Amino acid sequence: MGYQGHFRVWRGSDQGGGLEDFTVEVNEGEVVLDVIHRLQATQTPDLAVRWNCKAGKCGSCSAEINGKPRLLCMTRMSVFAEDETVTVTPMRTFPVIRDLVTDVSYNYEKAREIPSFKPPAGVAPGEYRMQQVDVERSQEFRKCIECFLCNNTCHVIRDHEENKESFAGPRFLMRVAELEMHPLDEADRVPEAQSSHGLGLCNITKCCTDVCPEHIKITDNALIPMKERVADRRYDPVVWLGNKLFRRN
Amino acid sequence: MRAQIAQRTLRTDRWWLPPLATFVGLLLISIYAAVRTFMGDYYWVDEYRYLTPMYSPCLSEECLPAAAHFGRPLPELPGFLTPPVVIIPFLLGFRVTCYYYRKAYYRAAWMSPPACAVAEPHAKYTGETRFPLIAQNLHRYFFYAASLLLLINVYDAIYAFSTGVGLGNLVLLVNVGLLAAYTLSCHSCRHIAGGRLKHFSKHPVRYWAWTQISKLNAKHMQLAWASLIFVCVTDLYVALVASGTISDLRFVN
Repeated sequence: MGYQGHFRVWRGSDQGGGLEDFTVEVNEGEVVLDVIHRLQATQTPDLAVRWNCKAGKCGSCSAEINGKPRLLCMTRMSVFAEDETVTVTPMRTFPVIRDLVTDVSYNYEKAREIPSFKPPAGVAPGEYRMQQVDVERSQEFRKCIECFLCNNTCHVIRDHEENKESFAGPRFLMRVAELEMHPLDEADRVPEAQSSHGLGLCNITKCCTDVCPEHIKITDNALIPMKERVADRRYDPVVWLGNKLFRRN
Repeated sequence: MRAQIAQRTLRTDRWWLPPLATFVGLLLISIYAAVRTFMGDYYWVDEYRYLTPMYSPCLSEECLPAAAHFGRPLPELPGFLTPPVVIIPFLLGFRVTCYYYRKAYYRAAWMSPPACAVAEPHAKYTGETRFPLIAQNLHRYFFYAASLLLLINVYDAIYAFSTGVGLGNLVLLVNVGLLAAYTLSCHSCRHIAGGRLKHFSKHPVRYWAWTQISKLNAKHMQLAWASLIFVCVTDLYVALVASGTISDLRFVN
């Protein structure tokens, strides 16, 4: 059963813009991205929207729907009442290019700042052997589709642009955790997590976890364990004593 | 240049309700705890050996001798101070630096942020990088201290069974059960038990402990609230029995 839905879509560029109202047909079983496409096809052929797989796996169609960071392709229209106005805006944290498309370069810059996987010396690719229980934790983080909704919602950079330089965001702190927990990675990533990637800026308010479309437990399984590793090194008297007594590094 | 959107948030749901409920809940419990702390009375039921967890262990000179299970090594506290002020810094420290409570009060009390995708009102933000919030890293110390206090609470609950069994015994028992679940589910505990290991396969016992604690850890928020509320319920029950307002329902004796 179709109906005429009320949409309010942000249109504009880095020069300025605003919310525009539309009435557009909505059919049973559709997602927000379908309606945005219908809007393009019938009323606004120049509406810019980034999308690709329509299956919640490419991470392209990140935006904000009624103020909540979400994937356009994974938000069913059935969650809204028929008389409800659905507001669609671009991600706030990143510079807008046009309409719903933002420039997410920040994320790629942060990705490059993390030293890559460092296997043990003398072990060539193809010779990696590891137990499933050892690699499981890192595998959870590999589910990330890089939609950057977590970085978008994180108030550390969302509300404070000036922190972008010193903060990698939950997505890339999770990447640090992934490598730190990897059974074959030999790099010491704990000091840099705090000093270079801005782990101390995170105040674990869990919005990254709340918005993750892959339901990765970013805060509990990546960020807090990294904070605990920092605490191990810097603040724990028992670990310090154990290291002295047993001559551990 | 970001998209120019004037509104602080475009969220249409009642995003303000959870932080408001958290704020009111924490405020009410803080008021109750402060009143009971400075009351300095009705913490011990001599007849059934019930000691409220808020006064355990009772270590200073003004403690009732029977309630001081570990003696009274401390002199009488000056002014308006009462026995709980000796242990409350540790209990409060454990809760204040807890990863769940941090989320709760950063959102509810400091509005940093009040809710996801709702702009915070502060112009500057340094997170937990400098004093005083860098002290949140001391959670580990408080975990050790709270674990010790938990053992003392377990002792109190068992000791109370020496005169029979009443409703108060069950209340004390449920209380230590919830406190134990909350303490064990702590993120620091999870890390110490096994989370800090790089190779679980080399430490099967610690891996098992980590998996069990991880299950509890997923309920840390619920356990934080349940244990906090039940400490107050336990204290209230002991206070009511100790003051003679109600009599303990006895099952055995």
